Amino acid sequence: MSRRRIGLALAAASFAWGCATSLAHAADISFWTWRQEDKAAYNALFADFTKANPDIHVKFESFPDENYPTIVSTALAGGKGGDVIHTHAYGWLEQFVKAGYFEPLDMATVPSLANQPADALVSGTYRADKKVYSLPFASQTLGLFINKDVFAKAGLTPPTTWDEFITVSKALKEKGIYPLANGMGTSWFNEMFVAIFTNPFLGQDFVSDLTSGKTTFKDPRYVAALGKLLELRPYMPDGFEGIDYETAGQLFLSGKAAMLAGGSFDIATYRSQNPAINMDFVAPPMAKAGDTPQATKFFDGGYAVNSKSANKEAALKLVNWMGTKEFGDKFSALLGNISPIKGVVIKDELLSHVAKLNETAMPHINVVYFRFEKPTGSELLQGDITKMMSGSITPDQLAADLTDGLAKWYKPFQGK
Amino acid sequence: MTEGWRHTAKPFAWRRSLWIAALLTPALLVMVLFVLWPLLSAFRFAFYEFNGLRPSGFIGLENFRKVLFEKPYSDWTWNAFKHNVIAFLALMLFENGTAFLIAFALLKALPGHRIHQVIVFLPVVLSAVIVGFLWKLFLHPLFGLVNQLLGLVGIGAVPWLGNENTALGSILFANIWHWLGFPTLVLLAGMQRISKDVLEAARLDGAGDYALMTKIVWPLIAPSVTIVTILTFIGSFNWFEIPYVMAGLTGSPGGSTDVLGLYFYRTAFGSTTTGIQDFGQGSALAVLMFVFVAGITAIALRYLRRREIEQ
Repeated sequence: MSRRRIGLALAAASFAWGCATSLAHAADISFWTWRQEDKAAYNALFADFTKANPDIHVKFESFPDENYPTIVSTALAGGKGGDVIHTHAYGWLEQFVKAGYFEPLDMATVPSLANQPADALVSGTYRADKKVYSLPFASQTLGLFINKDVFAKAGLTPPTTWDEFITVSKALKEKGIYPLANGMGTSWFNEMFVAIFTNPFLGQDFVSDLTSGKTTFKDPRYVAALGKLLELRPYMPDGFEGIDYETAGQLFLSGKAAMLAGGSFDIATYRSQNPAINMDFVAPPMAKAGDTPQATKFFDGGYAVNSKSANKEAALKLVNWMGTKEFGDKFSALLGNISPIKGVVIKDELLSHVAKLNETAMPHINVVYFRFEKPTGSELLQGDITKMMSGSITPDQLAADLTDGLAKWYKPFQGK
Repeated sequence: MTEGWRHTAKPFAWRRSLWIAALLTPALLVMVLFVLWPLLSAFRFAFYEFNGLRPSGFIGLENFRKVLFEKPYSDWTWNAFKHNVIAFLALMLFENGTAFLIAFALLKALPGHRIHQVIVFLPVVLSAVIVGFLWKLFLHPLFGLVNQLLGLVGIGAVPWLGNENTALGSILFANIWHWLGFPTLVLLAGMQRISKDVLEAARLDGAGDYALMTKIVWPLIAPSVTIVTILTFIGSFNWFEIPYVMAGLTGSPGGSTDVLGLYFYRTAFGSTTTGIQDFGQGSALAVLMFVFVAGITAIALRYLRRREIEQ
């Protein structure tokens, strides 16, 4: 009897071992991200992937945005971390690539790279070896949210030029409505705020001159564009210096403010917070009538493969799938983000309008060109812009601080 | 007799040492692993350049030179240091000064003193994150309680945390509100240790409240003052949580609330929105902070202990 029991136990153990072995052959990979709010959408996308690749299961793991760089770098330094890592772009990515934490992606392992436009690929490319390490996932557009109902109620038309913006703002203020919801209480957004309102005054020529070393931020065009920001102060909420970006969003959504300088990344959030909102997203005011509307564009990040992943093949397969039109279509539909993948169909009217703005958009200068070494343009600008808006430094001083700080590592600015 | 003692004492002493060692080893291991090792690592990293997230070469004192003498890093270091000094002085004066007065009032055991003791100590049990968040809401320019109350007397929206002149003071106020109960309790404990005979003798000699407070109580609570001063000093120079919650990693607006803890964190670990990580410079800052805090604490302890003896 006891022998029979032992025999049964052995048979059960062998069965369990067999199951475990076969399960081990199926790859369980993890996807690390800071986008906690996108869990449901990504799980739906990963379910599609597993349907097409039944032997690969993807686990979504998210971490707080503010601590994400610390968590990822510590994990990768210890040879751990997700198999596929959601990365930010440009300089953020480069520090991880330099340390050898990510696998280079090429046409052999990730053929869907061919679906990406050139400017998107730049955001995931390491400047030193020109290899792509992160497959771009979304472009972000910065512009102006318009509360159409507030404008209709006030009997006003949303502005397209700077002069119109000032005239309309005065009229809104007289009616007791905050013309512009933004304040200066959120450092990271302050930098976006600067890009939104200065880019239409700078134009593509300024960017070319800046990146080719012909000029610096001390250029009168940049100083004058910064000066324009000071004209916005009377049309921002009372105590705007202490109003953070979240409050600005609430002022806009509740109809207390008519316009909000913001990013396309918030369209989905605002719709979920106030499904009844009747809003538009337009290019910020042009310098003068007849100019090309110029929103600001940058690529937010991408998907990279952990070079220490035990399931590199499966991870590469997932990243390749994340570069397909099938993924891009569903990604844009579920998350309200604009996938850079060529041929992606954006059905949402507002999003498709944003995609149209991207065709003439300017790059987010600091994010795209000046976040590669310390001190970054972002550190310098974020530190100074609140001082400029409160009047304790002038646009000239900000421009000089930015140029001199960047000159530490950006050779074209040295000695200028 | 002596022989016998030797025979039994030696193994006993040996066993006792072994027992003590066994008790100390786990704590020692934890200290070595989680305190000493990271400290030594930080010391080592401070002398290396980081290319990306890995050390790429020994550069001697270059990281120290940068954070102390090269602009804009040096400006940021001294700016943060200045705010730590202001925090220390403000906490000594307003937090510990008020704590001393409250402790003295509580010592008099007036009716309701127990409930006051609990109320004063209550915020201490809250997490710094909750306190920071709470005060951020209270100080909100449009919806905050403080501005709503000021609005009743006709004062418009004040951007407490958005104005360079009021931001640090607002954060210090929140910090004082949070921690006031701790020095109060320590000082009260010190006052309660003073012999009642001494206090009564002073009273009989005609000492009023002020004379009692300055001539009797203050000198006799010197050990408690030492503890409170040293802890305030260490706390001021390691200040992080409340500034982080109320002013963000960049010490906004315009670095007016930046402190060494924030500056170290964003230098070493970066931030998604400002850029890249530099463990070398971050470690140099950490080493400087450690040396400064440990050095001044040691000197201050020597001075304050001597003062205790003199008193």
